[in-house]
Amino acid sequence: MQIQLNGEPRDLAPDLTVAQLVDDLGLTGRRIAVERNEEIVPKSEHGATRLADGDRIEIVHAIGGG
Amino acid sequence: MTDFFQDQPLRIAGHAFTSRLLVGTGKYKDFDETAEAIAASGAEVVTFAVRRTNLGQEAGPNLLDVVPPERFTLLPNTAGCYTAKDAVRTCKLARELLDGHKLVKLEVLGDDSTLYPNVVETLKAAEELIRDGFDVMVYTSDDPIVAQELERLGCCAIMPLGSLIGSGHGIQNPHNIRLIIEQASVPVLVDAGIGTASDAAMAMELGCDGVLMNSAIAHARQPVLMASAMKKAVEAGREAFLAGRMPRRQSADPSSPFAGRING
Repeated sequence: MQIQLNGEPRDLAPDLTVAQLVDDLGLTGRRIAVERNEEIVPKSEHGATRLADGDRIEIVHAIGGG
Repeated sequence: MTDFFQDQPLRIAGHAFTSRLLVGTGKYKDFDETAEAIAASGAEVVTFAVRRTNLGQEAGPNLLDVVPPERFTLLPNTAGCYTAKDAVRTCKLARELLDGHKLVKLEVLGDDSTLYPNVVETLKAAEELIRDGFDVMVYTSDDPIVAQELERLGCCAIMPLGSLIGSGHGIQNPHNIRLIIEQASVPVLVDAGIGTASDAAMAMELGCDGVLMNSAIAHARQPVLMASAMKKAVEAGREAFLAGRMPRRQSADPSSPFAGRING
């Protein structure tokens, strides 16, 4: 399946969870937030949330700004 | 503050702060400089931006390691948002990022070249965020009527610009800032436009409850030294405001007595 990840297309194995995606990206334990199709996916639900073809995923973090 | 005078804390949405200087974390050379400048500023409230994580790169140090949420009151901002919808999404991401944190700095911008607030979208976003339980400190124009409307919607602090973001042009319309302060019952902070210490002192002398700045410190030749200067300027301006300035006079008034002069 293919999703949009931070605005870029990305091919993934089917039935991947948000937690697995985060882990594959090396972001487990990092201070991040995840949005799926413009809805927040709370950390507590990363393990139970399965991605679907066409999902638009945003993974964000804090950076310097004023 | 001097030891014979104890100021009231700055109260925003249930938080109480000793420092009235709030700072950003952008435009610094590196995280070391960011940390040193923030320490020198004495700021307790620190704003930051929310952006897409760089994927496929080695994860380096994170800003939140430099300004840990346990030590600072973090103020995620919606910089870079041009619609109410994007600003609301960004605040929700920030709340998730900070485990339920409610305090945000709302800014919805109009265009790239002026970064002037789009007040129509700002009002929309403020209303939605407040309904959703956020405490909204709002960046806005120096229009007193818009400020009034934002307060009516429930914003916990009104933050008019002194001049354009990052311009360093200081406070271009002190009269409007005064009008906003006089009518507001929530804290008013100048956010944007501060260029140097006297601008910050001026904001406080006008009666602002605080000042928020980033570029004035980060783009100084010596940011850490400027952060220290800004701390003093905000304190000096605050004390001068509370002390009450002397009346202006048309003619001179000698400070030394006329009586007893040797040529008298």
